[in-house]
Amino acid sequence: MMVVIITLAIIAAFFGLLLGYSAIRFRVEGDPVVDKIDAILPQTQCGQCTYAGCHPYAEAIAKGEADINQCPPGGEAVIIALADLLEVEVIPLNAEHGEVKESKTVVYIDENTCIGCTLCIQACPVDAILGAAKHMHTVIESECTGCDLCIPPCPVDCIHIKAVTPTLKTWKWHRPEGGYAAPRAG
Amino acid sequence: MTEYALILLSTILVNNFVLVKFLGLCPFMGVSRKLETAMGMALATTFVLTLSSVFSYLVNQYILAPLGLEYMRTIMFILVIAVVVQFTEMVVHKTSPLLYNVLGIFLPLITTNCAVLGVALLNVQEQNNFIQSLFYGFGASVGFSMVLVLFSAMRERITAADVPEVFQGSSIALITAGIMSLAFMGFAGLIKV
Repeated sequence: MMVVIITLAIIAAFFGLLLGYSAIRFRVEGDPVVDKIDAILPQTQCGQCTYAGCHPYAEAIAKGEADINQCPPGGEAVIIALADLLEVEVIPLNAEHGEVKESKTVVYIDENTCIGCTLCIQACPVDAILGAAKHMHTVIESECTGCDLCIPPCPVDCIHIKAVTPTLKTWKWHRPEGGYAAPRAG
Repeated sequence: MTEYALILLSTILVNNFVLVKFLGLCPFMGVSRKLETAMGMALATTFVLTLSSVFSYLVNQYILAPLGLEYMRTIMFILVIAVVVQFTEMVVHKTSPLLYNVLGIFLPLITTNCAVLGVALLNVQEQNNFIQSLFYGFGASVGFSMVLVLFSAMRERITAADVPEVFQGSSIALITAGIMSLAFMGFAGLIKV
């Protein structure tokens, strides 16, 4: 009886040590290229690149299925950073996916016109629109990424774009000229 | 040499683990819907089954038998299989990301494939030595892979076929598996092992 317990315990401990050691020895830090691309993308999850979010787009770029110029929120800075990382030519933004904005914008809903159809809620990739069927909807401004995806579905055209004017609370120092501020690996 | 050829022939065709011994039916039904996934599973199982067959032989021969603990075989073999699967997953993940992408999800599933445990236990029952265990495990996994790939190819065609409503889905798959099994029973007189 004791022999059984001791033998099993020793063998199990040996296997445990083996697996523990190999977990350290063979550790993998994800797919490094996908993570690096994902770190450069702006993480607005807006879907304007036709992928479901920034990470799927990063995977598609890594596989070579997508071009690097499909990200309107990132604009030229992201294209240059991606071209630098992947060692490819810098290409202009693909206009099919949208234009670069001069400044950050959000949308707001004209609440007198809204009929409560919920179509814009379904279109919103970041769940920034609040409302229920046949009730007025509204945009949570702090959540809105300004991707404008909710504008085409609206049947009464009650969604409008407005520029965000920085207040004392939201004002930030300008990003350095030409440089790219995303965290670099290594 | 003939002995090893006979072991291979026996495990692949005559005593096929899935269709004649009815082991490993869960992955046989579960991942045979698409040819691509079936191939991934077949590859992963081949790898793990051969390794675990050898390792469980070693554990039985050099640890359990000298201590007179043969009755602890089942639990020991399960432990060995789980460790081999985990270890394989880690090594493959590190060394070949491409292979890991193909096998990825199937590797952990193999732990619960009863054909793997079946091979380890049958090795002991048939008193195979080291090389024989190796061939027995490899043959069993090749047999498993072969019928899995054949079956999934058939299932892909069946989905496009005009199957009567009551037989659609799993029932036609089970009927197909049964007919395949009958066909494999035809190999029974081929050799005596």
